[in-house]
Amino acid sequence: MIEVRDLYKAFDGQQVLRGVSLTISQGRITAIIGRSGTGKSVLLKHLIRLLRPDRGQVLVDGVDVVPLRGRALDRVRAKFGVLFQGGALFDSLTVFENVAFPLREKTPLPEPEVAHRVGERLEAVGLADMGHKFPAEISGGMRKRVALARALVTDPQIVLFDEPTTGLDPIMLNAIHHLIADTQRRFGFTGVVVSHDVPDVFEIAHQVAMLHEGTIVAAGPPDQMLRSDDPRVHQFITGRAEGPIRPS
Amino acid sequence: MTNPVRAIGQVSLRLLAEMGRMAIFLGSSVFWAVVPPYKVRRILKQIHFVGVKSGLVILLTAAFTGMVLGLQGYYTLRKFGSDALLGPAVALALIRELGPVLSALMVTGRAGSAIAAEIGIMRITEQIDALSAMALNPMKYLVVPQVVAGLVAVPLLTAIFDVVGIYGGYLVGVELLGLSSGTYFGEMRTAVDMKDINGGFVKSVIFGVLVTWICSYKGYTTGYGAEGVSKATTEAVVLSSVLVLVADYVLTSFLL
Repeated sequence: MIEVRDLYKAFDGQQVLRGVSLTISQGRITAIIGRSGTGKSVLLKHLIRLLRPDRGQVLVDGVDVVPLRGRALDRVRAKFGVLFQGGALFDSLTVFENVAFPLREKTPLPEPEVAHRVGERLEAVGLADMGHKFPAEISGGMRKRVALARALVTDPQIVLFDEPTTGLDPIMLNAIHHLIADTQRRFGFTGVVVSHDVPDVFEIAHQVAMLHEGTIVAAGPPDQMLRSDDPRVHQFITGRAEGPIRPS
Repeated sequence: MTNPVRAIGQVSLRLLAEMGRMAIFLGSSVFWAVVPPYKVRRILKQIHFVGVKSGLVILLTAAFTGMVLGLQGYYTLRKFGSDALLGPAVALALIRELGPVLSALMVTGRAGSAIAAEIGIMRITEQIDALSAMALNPMKYLVVPQVVAGLVAVPLLTAIFDVVGIYGGYLVGVELLGLSSGTYFGEMRTAVDMKDINGGFVKSVIFGVLVTWICSYKGYTTGYGAEGVSKATTEAVVLSSVLVLVADYVLTSFLL
């Protein structure tokens, strides 16, 4: 379980997070929604301590990760798998080598076992015959799927998805969402999905939290959010230009 | 009235902070270079990239540098009736100064810019974050191989530069302008001693680390987007080149 307590973060004088508090339930998918540029990815990076807050705590299974360093931090990070926004695949490695990378570097698994697991994962994302290709040779949607395979290959307890469907066509969007939901049901990991693809992301989320102007303004199950009286939530979900949220 | 003073103060503090960060970066890369596990294959790959692949540019630069030294040297020394000393003139100029400095500058332009750009692009596409998220040390994977490659490859390239340059001087002085080869090499053997060669070697080692350290640092701390990478690459090459020349003066004053 992850608990965020009163997180503050500013970049170059600009306050991005102003006291964010959020509980992410174990074994469930929590979606963090909000406008582009509100700090959703910033918040996500705090969960794995890729960023350090100015104030506040991030508790992963009861341990505050903010002051951690070295081996202690590595032990916490080993629980996570991360799907970055653009995939963040290593350009100089093939698709196969990218997915195999965490297994080869972090586990003592023998090569045949690595090949087996990588094959399984690539098959699950529909890219079984793409192993020899380089990231530059495949499409953006395929890169995201490879990144998804890489994030899940070590069977992590917690998986962070940073805008997994942004920029994808509606069919691919649905396919990725289903992949996330199916894998979560099968392996039972705790998932955190940052997205502004609403209401599509509601179909896979157990909990939704909306980040607006640096704080969580609403949180709850998807159907509760859809029926929300909060004008900001309503405006965001329906995508209207008029309302309390000014298009800036 | 206080504004110019304040501005100078702010710039100075920013510069000092940057120098501090760069020093910490170097310290960190040296630390992770000696602490196991060692990423040997990556290090070898980088030595190949920085060293072997710079071979052609070093050969060409060295050949023409040696040849122009031969040409200029011959006609200048002849005015003093000292054209017999062309060999030592070319050799000492190359071994003490031009070999280490020009090799470092060529490596900066060729490999240094590529290092800054590659690491910079990895930074903006979150590949470095991906390594950290996997609880792997980005310094070990990305920076240590570069600095070790600079340490190993640049002195070797400098040695090649010196040899090819001396031969370039020979081609012009002896084959073209008629100096006797016995004089060229004989005087050279008398005038050049280990102190000169060691001095050149020490310089090349320091330049090698300097170039790869700065180019890696600039790539690692790139700002956002393509503009960030472009800025980082330019700054890396300019800063490396200037610091090589500054360090050259400082080292020469200690070595002479």
